[in-house]
Amino acid sequence: MEKVFTRPKSMTDKPMHFCPGCTHGVIQRLVAEVIDELGIQEDTIAVGPVGCAVFCYDYWDVDFHQASHGRAPAVATGVKRVHPDKVVFTLQGDGDIAAIGTTEIIHAAARGEKITCLFVNNSIYGMTGGQMAPTSVLSQKTTTTPAGRDKNQIGYPVKLTEMLAVLDGTAYCARVSVHNPANILKAKEVIRKAFEVQLNKEGFSLVEILSTCPTNWGLPPVEAVKWLENNMIPCFPLGEYKVAGEVQR
Amino acid sequence: MGKVLMKGNEAVAEAAVLGGCKYFFGYPITPQNEIPEYMARRLPEVGGTFLQAESEISAINMVFGASGSGARVMTSSSGPGISLKQEGISYLAGAELPCVIVNMVRGGPGLGNIGPAQSDYFQATRGGGHGDYRLIVFGPASVQELVDVTIEAFELADRYRSPVMILGDGILGQMMEPVEFKTAKIKEGPDKPWATTGAKGRKRNLITSLYIVPEELEKHCLKLKAKYDEISANEKRYESYFTDDAEIVLAAYGTTARICKAVVDRAREDGIKAGLIRPVTLWPFPDRPFNEAADYARAFLTVEMSNGQMVDDVRLAVNGKKPVYFYGRTGGIVPSKAEIYAEVRKILEGGAR
Repeated sequence: MEKVFTRPKSMTDKPMHFCPGCTHGVIQRLVAEVIDELGIQEDTIAVGPVGCAVFCYDYWDVDFHQASHGRAPAVATGVKRVHPDKVVFTLQGDGDIAAIGTTEIIHAAARGEKITCLFVNNSIYGMTGGQMAPTSVLSQKTTTTPAGRDKNQIGYPVKLTEMLAVLDGTAYCARVSVHNPANILKAKEVIRKAFEVQLNKEGFSLVEILSTCPTNWGLPPVEAVKWLENNMIPCFPLGEYKVAGEVQR
Repeated sequence: MGKVLMKGNEAVAEAAVLGGCKYFFGYPITPQNEIPEYMARRLPEVGGTFLQAESEISAINMVFGASGSGARVMTSSSGPGISLKQEGISYLAGAELPCVIVNMVRGGPGLGNIGPAQSDYFQATRGGGHGDYRLIVFGPASVQELVDVTIEAFELADRYRSPVMILGDGILGQMMEPVEFKTAKIKEGPDKPWATTGAKGRKRNLITSLYIVPEELEKHCLKLKAKYDEISANEKRYESYFTDDAEIVLAAYGTTARICKAVVDRAREDGIKAGLIRPVTLWPFPDRPFNEAADYARAFLTVEMSNGQMVDDVRLAVNGKKPVYFYGRTGGIVPSKAEIYAEVRKILEGGAR
């Protein structure tokens, strides 16, 4: 029988640890598909975060660095400076990249570091059990904002992709979502574009990917997809924020 | 190559280049700024890369990435900056990544000042960051020794897959002395089959300090312990100065040891049998010469630019056989020969208890 669908070559066959309904696994797969399509598996070095994606090295069959919390862009900088001809990318969650690692991501972008950062935004701390994230939306209930995120008390969500778009070193940045098939296909195109920007040595590239966290949002998977659409996208509009040196919007 | 007159900070940078260092990541802080400045000029000449990071935290994590990618790499800082690097150093130790870290120690705690100090001894020799690990730590006492141990540090880092720290001080970094670079050719590191270079024709390599299963982490920690035991057995270095017949043995490292040498000379002129044991490696600590001297000396005097840190190691080595006294100055103050000599006389005249 003809096999019409299988796991990408650059993906291992290890069962994923992600919770049911979490879209993290979709993102891991999209990245593996892009690596396969670009034919760069043997030339890729990935850097993982601390957080729910901490085990992403179990699923991608590429050389890998496990970084400390928030520092993946700095680790990736060290890797890329030693191997300028390799493809170097990070995968980071919202707490990792937009809270504790804000310094590292901003300066990697400002340097025009020729790396790609994939930023999974699910607006909550997953691994540690549902605390407020830098990207938690206003009124969102978390274990550390039990009454909902109050702008007068803890301020506003961080819009990292918009912030990075204004830096001269950023060659490409965009925000996508993986809450339905149409957006999944779009997300894959954008991830590929970000890798191509690196392959063309144009500069720094980043893709923010909106993702679900049914467990910590306290919602069934289908409800979680709707919550993302109704609460996250209005706060974090999808689109390309910088393309070929031009700030969009 | 003959001798050249060089500042300690520039000499350590040149020694690193000769030792095969191709990458340097750092952040400015006094009194070590000549190191990154020298590297910014020098590394491009040898096909290397200098990068000024946005923080000491970023710098040490760039070191992590470069080391894991197979390069010989260095960073340098002082006091507060080294504190910031501690998380990264723990990760380097955990992932068994070689690198060289220079600390030109300044006065602390907190912002302290930019005067010379030896108050980072505990931090350097006890691991400094979280978790159960050690660093190989050198405490050189001259610009020449700074050069020699720096070149050796890169070899030891690769041999043991461990970070190595050079613990200097503000004086050592700033003073000029004649030095000879005995290494004519730039050294190269060994093959590193574990490094991330792109998994071409081999299984992928993973650089990590994460062992989520307790049994696996315990196994990893025991492997690290076996490595530290091997380092302890093989790499203790020290200098003995007139200790064979010493009634009183001084213990000091780095800049303070130079002053103590002058104290020993002065004491001998006065007919006092004084000697000096100068640890060159601070970890592993050279305990044997102290323990042996404790069999015949009446007392020990540890002198440091701190409130007393290495004195703990001296006491452990002497193991209660003889009294171990301490004299220190802190805050960027250097103890004088006269002050130390007065302590020597006080101890001997008071009678060793």
